[in-house]
Amino acid sequence: MSVLTRLFREARHPLLIPYAVGGYPDPASCEAVLDTYIESGVALVEIGIPFSDPLADGPVIQAASQMALRAGTRPRDVLELAERAARRGVEVVLLCYLNTVLAFGKERFFASCADRGVAGVVVPDLPVEEADELRALAASAGVDLVLLAAPTSPDTRLARIAGAASGFIYCVSTTGVTGARASLRADLPQFLNRLRRYAELPLAVGFGVSTPEQAATVARYADGVIVGSALVNMVDADDRFHDSLASVRRFLAHALDAIAKAT
Amino acid sequence: MTITQRFGPYGGRYVPETLVAALEELEQAYETYRDDPAFNAELRMLQEDYAGRPTPLFAARRLSEVVGCRVYLKREDLAHTGAHKINNTLGQILLATRMGKKRIIAETGAGQHGVATATVAALFGLSCHVYMGEEDIRRQELNVYRMRLLGAEVIPVTSGSGTLKDATNEAIRDWVTNVETTHYIIGSVVGPAPYPTIVRDFQSVIGREARQQILEKEGRLPDGIVACVGAGSNAIGIFHDFLGESTVRLVGVEAAGLGLETGRHGASLATGRGGILHGSYSYVLQDEDGQIQEAHSIAAGLDYPSVGPEHSYLKDLGRVEYTSATDAEALQAFQALARLEGIIPALESAHALAYLLRGGHGFSADEVLIVNLSGRGDKDVYTAARALEREE
Repeated sequence: MSVLTRLFREARHPLLIPYAVGGYPDPASCEAVLDTYIESGVALVEIGIPFSDPLADGPVIQAASQMALRAGTRPRDVLELAERAARRGVEVVLLCYLNTVLAFGKERFFASCADRGVAGVVVPDLPVEEADELRALAASAGVDLVLLAAPTSPDTRLARIAGAASGFIYCVSTTGVTGARASLRADLPQFLNRLRRYAELPLAVGFGVSTPEQAATVARYADGVIVGSALVNMVDADDRFHDSLASVRRFLAHALDAIAKAT
Repeated sequence: MTITQRFGPYGGRYVPETLVAALEELEQAYETYRDDPAFNAELRMLQEDYAGRPTPLFAARRLSEVVGCRVYLKREDLAHTGAHKINNTLGQILLATRMGKKRIIAETGAGQHGVATATVAALFGLSCHVYMGEEDIRRQELNVYRMRLLGAEVIPVTSGSGTLKDATNEAIRDWVTNVETTHYIIGSVVGPAPYPTIVRDFQSVIGREARQQILEKEGRLPDGIVACVGAGSNAIGIFHDFLGESTVRLVGVEAAGLGLETGRHGASLATGRGGILHGSYSYVLQDEDGQIQEAHSIAAGLDYPSVGPEHSYLKDLGRVEYTSATDAEALQAFQALARLEGIIPALESAHALAYLLRGGHGFSADEVLIVNLSGRGDKDVYTAARALEREE
């Protein structure tokens, strides 16, 4: 069993997984954001490598990615942030678009992930039928290649995704890009039940989870809840940066508490 | 027959999982209808009675004297809406209606594809949203007005460089969100499979007509065909029927912008390397970390940092020669065709003419070639006037 799968299995409650855009608002401040996540008591964090054309992301993460890139963030900087977080005792999953992996060098990328203690990699523009080569490279480096499943995936695809996934399955909560939403899709439980018919791996839900209450609702059906845009949106790039970390801390404390009560 | 997913190593389907089912549905619909007599009869009727096909093949005598070989112009500028883009949008709207989609989205650069999409959406009574970079909205005002007149909503895109690449990102994000009700009419031979194949097939009417027309006029195949290449749909459209004819030289002309050495251009095949943009693997302008670079061309329709995957394959095979022309060369050609033939070409198409006008093309006086005049230049008059003022 992979490190990530075990982490979900051995947790007392579904995992809360906060996401940060690596290098946002700048590499040094991003360390403080990640420290805030870690000190809140989460066991797994997700860090994105900023990309110029993030197709799966909404306005908040697009803008944060642009700012991180303008601050000079490069993939190796994000790998360093990941290594630092992993040394502080949490598991780390990286999110990066396929072109970043290709430009870095596929083998070198997964080898670097393994060296830095990254447990898994999510590639949002890599559907299962294009994933064979990266799966093999990730596996030989001892890193999980985390695949995505969507409510629009028919059962035949869910079966194929379940058969090829490792670590956990990243379940997209809704059609659409990342970003906070007032409500979640009503058929989310049915989608997860459909996927569970094929998948034994833990299921983590992301895209659009915006409040501690939504996180708790999702946690009733899922093994993990990923919160991205809502947190990124809280982080102010300007002189209120330290106040915004306090908001992040409060959000995570509420969400952890709500998840514990709900499950 | 199944649909090509890859052209050598290029192409593929690198998109969020949410879209894969829709791409499979589109592929299925296309497999069902592309050999369907009723579908093809309706498409042919619309091509002829609505879009004005076949477009003429015109012997450009004064241009021929200047460039030193016998040039014919394939007059896509005379197709309804003023460019070849209508060939693709007519085909795709028929697929969309058969798939039961009620809403159409598109991206546009120069606005020609946006106009062609708004046109067919009006024709079929479907709602239409067109994503357009704010930089392009500024330089293509006329087409923005045309789209609005046709009932489409033009949505300005401010992210990135505010050009075609960013408009395409936004269109894909819209599609991810509304995939269950919406068909995305992509405007060129790019994007995830099956789009590069579908768009090529709908555009290849250009080359089929050109073959028949040149055989009627000359009794033989041409010695060469020249077309501009941005993302590459007009070029694939005219080349495709001739790929198997080894005696026909095929030349694609990319946008060299301010010059290849300046880094401000749209010549992905000349200077890019393999990468992923908008769901397929192809030559891409990118930095060492794989961040996509901004393209530049005076022709909004060539201002794109990648190229259709089939072009990448044809380049590697050596079947098509790819070269480039600068903004300045295109502007000269724009004026030259107006004065020599009384035809104002689109600035995009002017790149293909520039290749001939600057000499060194290697065609002899008795050789016959066809230039794909992919669009008309009305939309570019202000851009050209401003640029020419600056030159003076």
